[in-house]
Amino acid sequence: MNTNLEKNNALFEYLLRLGDTSLILGHRIAEWCGHAPILEEDIALTNISLDHIGQARLLLDYAGKIEGKGRNEDTLAYHRDARQFRNLLMAEQPNGDFGDTMVRQFLVSVYNFPLYSALSKSADAELAAIAAKSVKEVAYHVRHSSDWLIRLGDGTTESHEKVQQSINDLLIYVDDFFNGDEVDALLVGQNIAPDLNAIRALWNETVQLTMVKAGLVIPQVNSAMRTGSRKGNHTEYLGYILAEMQFLPRAYPDAEWL
Amino acid sequence: MSLNGLIMIATDTERELEFQAKIDRGEVIEPKDWMPERYRKQLIRMMSQHAHSEVVGMLPEGNWITRAPSLARKAILLAKVQDEGGHGLYIYSAAETLGIDRGEMIDQLHTGKAKYSSIFNYPTLNWADIGAIGWLVDGAAIVNQTALAKCSYGPYSRAMIRICKEENFHHKQGYQMLAYMMRGTKEQQEMAQDSMNRFWWPALMMFGPSDTDSPNSAELMRWKVKLYSNDDLRQRFIDRTVPQAEAIGLVIPDPKLKFNETTRHYEHGEIDWQEFKNVVSGNGPCNRERLRARVKADADGKWVRDAAEAYAKKHMN
Repeated sequence: MNTNLEKNNALFEYLLRLGDTSLILGHRIAEWCGHAPILEEDIALTNISLDHIGQARLLLDYAGKIEGKGRNEDTLAYHRDARQFRNLLMAEQPNGDFGDTMVRQFLVSVYNFPLYSALSKSADAELAAIAAKSVKEVAYHVRHSSDWLIRLGDGTTESHEKVQQSINDLLIYVDDFFNGDEVDALLVGQNIAPDLNAIRALWNETVQLTMVKAGLVIPQVNSAMRTGSRKGNHTEYLGYILAEMQFLPRAYPDAEWL
Repeated sequence: MSLNGLIMIATDTERELEFQAKIDRGEVIEPKDWMPERYRKQLIRMMSQHAHSEVVGMLPEGNWITRAPSLARKAILLAKVQDEGGHGLYIYSAAETLGIDRGEMIDQLHTGKAKYSSIFNYPTLNWADIGAIGWLVDGAAIVNQTALAKCSYGPYSRAMIRICKEENFHHKQGYQMLAYMMRGTKEQQEMAQDSMNRFWWPALMMFGPSDTDSPNSAELMRWKVKLYSNDDLRQRFIDRTVPQAEAIGLVIPDPKLKFNETTRHYEHGEIDWQEFKNVVSGNGPCNRERLRARVKADADGKWVRDAAEAYAKKHMN
């Protein structure tokens, strides 16, 4: 068996997972544009969306190079169907109210921070460089979303109840973050990707700490945890996101847009 | 009237003369300087209208972020819209130096008392509109704002200097995007021309009514809040933009447009002022949607702002 080919296939998959999560989350956040609770948040949300799109571009561009079939960031973003997308299920969940959006952002950012920190030391130099650049942005996302979680949790009775509900609703998509497969195992073995158990421990610690500060609780999840993003098993929302996002390049396949 | 009252009046007149003299000498008015109430009101009107325009303007552009046809274009558009939000924030802050707060200005927008630029009451119907807004709308705004950068009120003038730098960038990006489309497929060229056809005249209307029909002009020019007439600025925009359109093969939708060799200016056809009046008075294609979107965002976000305020109070120490 060609181990280099195996490694490249795994790395390609892994880059899609990272890149697609950034792309789809960036798309969702962009839907807020002009509709945020206060002007400062309109600016912050477009900024966070822009960070995610920037990360997606680097990761997908690199994925295309690793794959070696001539696909670039745009072919990957605009010419794959939902089953080929590898973003976390959390990223595609609807914005809901501002609390839902901040909880979604917080849960993903607290996962991304230790992940990208570890990836910045990856044995793959290009991935390490992308992660080192991204982790600075992720640090801001953690700060911004945790500040809001604390404000909403420790704000008014109404905000406390609302944001607790957001946590209760979104928690079923958390196992999906850590549900590693053979791709993770292979890359962990080559020091390209970090062990997800270690990431989960760090994630737990930060989430617990923030919940205490916010006066919120992590509920017992009674319904089944939803997983499947690593194999392209998504929620129904992704198809609509892609229909909107991919419309122009699909409708005008000969056109170039830069 | 009491003697004291008469003295007050005399003092105010003196102050007004001194104020005018200061402006005539080309000095800048700063927030703590004395200013006529009417000067303050006019500036609040203009600056809040300007800030509202930046914020409402996020809606037609935001409309295409999720549909941008490449990731590079998506990033460019996100950065642009973020800039516009930043301009709004900056101008609201500059307007607050005149003794009004942002909440009050936003209430005036939501109740229809304050206006915003009518251009944003036109819909963005195809992707090329994003290019047209950058090139034509920001291009027209730059002509206005470059003039405002020399206006007599310090905070507004400084805000304009900074904002113009970013607007110039948007202007170039918008033009580059349309130029790229005009070198593309037939469909892309049609999109770009369609956008030009819809945005040209509204862009010309951005300079406001003709000088003969501009109620605030004389006073604002005396105070150097306004340095050039609406028609002069409009002419500057046309002279600058027509050759750019021609260079990339876009046709200006004005059969009467022609270059006058003697004046060295373009002459243009009659602007449909009835349409302008309709849009200003609330009957443009998107007035209702834009205002409703802003009011809804504000109402939906109240619990968030309340929570932030409650949290800040609890943790003041």
